[in-house]
Amino acid sequence: MAVKSVQQSSRATVRAALKRPAVAGGLLVAYILVAVLILNSLDRSNLWFPFYSTLTFPALVLSPFIILAAPVRGWFKGALIVALLFLIIPYLGMRDSSYLELVIQICIFAGLALGLNIVVGFAGLLDLGYIAFFAVGAYTWAMFTSGASTVFNINGWLVSGSAFYLFIFLGIFVAAIVGILLGLPVLRLRGDYLAIVTLGFGEMIRVIANNLDQPINFTNGSQGLFGVGRPPVPFFLRDGVLTVESALGLSITNVDPLSQQLLFYFIAIAIIGIIIVVARRLDNSPIGRAWTAIREDEVAAIAMGVPLVRMKLLAFATGASFAGAIGVIYAAKQTFVSPESFSLIQSISILAMVIVGGMGGIRGTLLGAVIVTMLNLLVLKNLSLQINALRNVDFVIPIINYHIRDWPTQLEPAKYERLIFGLLLIVMMIFRPAGLLPEPRRRMELQEKDEEIVDEEISPEAGDEQPVVSAVRPDAEQA
Amino acid sequence: MAPLLDVRNLTKKFGGLTAVNNVTIGIEPQSISAIIGPNGAGKTTLFNLLTGIYKPDTGTMVFDGHSLVGLRPDQVNAAGMSRTFQSIRLFHGMTVLENVMVGMHSRLNISLFNTLTRTAGFNRQEVHVKQKASDLLRFVGLAGKGDEVSRNLPYGDQRRVEIARALASDPKLILLDEPTAGMNPQETVDAMALFRRVRDELGVTVVLIEHDMRVVMGISEHISVLDYGQKIAEGTPDEIRSNPRVIEAYLGRRAAGVVEPETSAEVN
Repeated sequence: MAVKSVQQSSRATVRAALKRPAVAGGLLVAYILVAVLILNSLDRSNLWFPFYSTLTFPALVLSPFIILAAPVRGWFKGALIVALLFLIIPYLGMRDSSYLELVIQICIFAGLALGLNIVVGFAGLLDLGYIAFFAVGAYTWAMFTSGASTVFNINGWLVSGSAFYLFIFLGIFVAAIVGILLGLPVLRLRGDYLAIVTLGFGEMIRVIANNLDQPINFTNGSQGLFGVGRPPVPFFLRDGVLTVESALGLSITNVDPLSQQLLFYFIAIAIIGIIIVVARRLDNSPIGRAWTAIREDEVAAIAMGVPLVRMKLLAFATGASFAGAIGVIYAAKQTFVSPESFSLIQSISILAMVIVGGMGGIRGTLLGAVIVTMLNLLVLKNLSLQINALRNVDFVIPIINYHIRDWPTQLEPAKYERLIFGLLLIVMMIFRPAGLLPEPRRRMELQEKDEEIVDEEISPEAGDEQPVVSAVRPDAEQA
Repeated sequence: MAPLLDVRNLTKKFGGLTAVNNVTIGIEPQSISAIIGPNGAGKTTLFNLLTGIYKPDTGTMVFDGHSLVGLRPDQVNAAGMSRTFQSIRLFHGMTVLENVMVGMHSRLNISLFNTLTRTAGFNRQEVHVKQKASDLLRFVGLAGKGDEVSRNLPYGDQRRVEIARALASDPKLILLDEPTAGMNPQETVDAMALFRRVRDELGVTVVLIEHDMRVVMGISEHISVLDYGQKIAEGTPDEIRSNPRVIEAYLGRRAAGVVEPETSAEVN
């Protein structure tokens, strides 16, 4: 008994210590430093490289969520996240640009997930064709810069890469218009019916992209648009890379591609930042409340004065505009756009991000995007790489004496992508149906509570009501 | 005084069923009126017609000098007529305060630009909306419960939230659909006091559908009786109580003494 109570009290002490900002902050810094040091010391030639980087890089990318949840001061959280985004990740990216690529992909999917979250999470409109708006954004930029779009090429409509930033706005605008055009006929439908129609719409856009090479070649059909323009790299970014290189004694062989990649990284970070601010402001406004009301009960919402069609169209247009902006960035980053990039499975994986993270919550959606993207692009791919590496050196698992080269190639983890998706969703539905980070309702009345309780005690309300009661009762009995 | 709500010859058919049949009702401003009738008499259909959820086949509805025919529910709400529902239809996942704030939607200046840039006007409006929602919660006796998720409130309190939400759009008239259904006697008594205060303190005209005769007779100044979609009687509680057609509708013909249906049909 005595031992147990000592154990309990020491556990309580640890818990109390963890709540103290200094301790928690120290642990956070240590956590990030350890992850960075491991990643910094990893070498691609190491046999176990894929395995270690699969363990450490997600830990680093998930650290913002740990930072935000930790009991430390606000400025400290901000400082850590800024350091992570603007120092640590760019630095790691200079050593190994595949990390940069991964973070950019995460940002692209996070932007899409946040946009879909407006439609599905906030307003409760199940949209299975969301990827179409992403395609609209991507093709908007690609058609104007890729010479492969013959119409644009012949007519001299091509623009240079420096128009990129303008085209982000154009992408937003065009996607929003398409969102409204789709929304107008479709929004009378509810639930499953809406899902089916939007699914069809998503396929339609893909098929149009696939066939709009004849009679006039806009999209170059299934071959796709290649050589899509990129924004010019500002000179200070390239100079910055060179400065950092000489200061840290790195040897970067591909300075130009790297500074281009860094540029996309900063653009992606900026656009995600803007999207988060926009989504939060919308959520915390009469518009956001109207969307939630529509999601909860359409009939009650319209009876309370919420104009259903207008608010639903606004949700569709807003979600679509996020996808449009991200589409422009995606097209420029990939320099290649083809209908295959916009398949149904993409719409579904974005929806999976929203569901896994926690529908309706911004932080939850971001978490879902990080987890699902990393699962797709890092974890499964690296496990396959690891198995191949071990196969090449004829690694034998001790004790059970199993030769890795006997592992059939059909069973490579990268081929399980959809299986893992399905399992993940089933497990989520069973154990966390509201997502990993469900959004609690905002508390807004706090500051007034004390005053109101006092009011209640003084108010003679209850006393006043009594006479009314007795006046009513005799009448009622006669009836 | 001209009636605030003037409904004439309103008819609504669902296939072969005439749910509301040639109903004419006038509601005086600042009054408390009740619409009663057996189950299936068309009371809730009438409310749904008034609030734009259904479209009437024939007839006119004039509210405060404007026709309601063809308006959408949100436009009816903006015109100053608000309602509650027979089965509570709160936004269950939202907090109590948020529910009431949504009720103010038609009175707000909503612009995407202001929302995204957080102009001073937007912030002022948000403060006002929160303050007013808190005041309304206090009015219905739910002070301090604003942050509760509305699904977690007891039944009687949910009814009060619905009333606060309906009052949030500053209506001239509020339609209450069986507001005391499922309440215990004490809650019913409190609710009646609340309906009176809605009229006396806020000056809102009250129309309620109700089955509880103690409520109907206790607070309403004017009663209309519907049966099989038709208005069979109207008048003060005393007149209704002694009206043989009403007794017949509720208790059967024998209890009312024999009344020829043809004769009473002429009343309409």
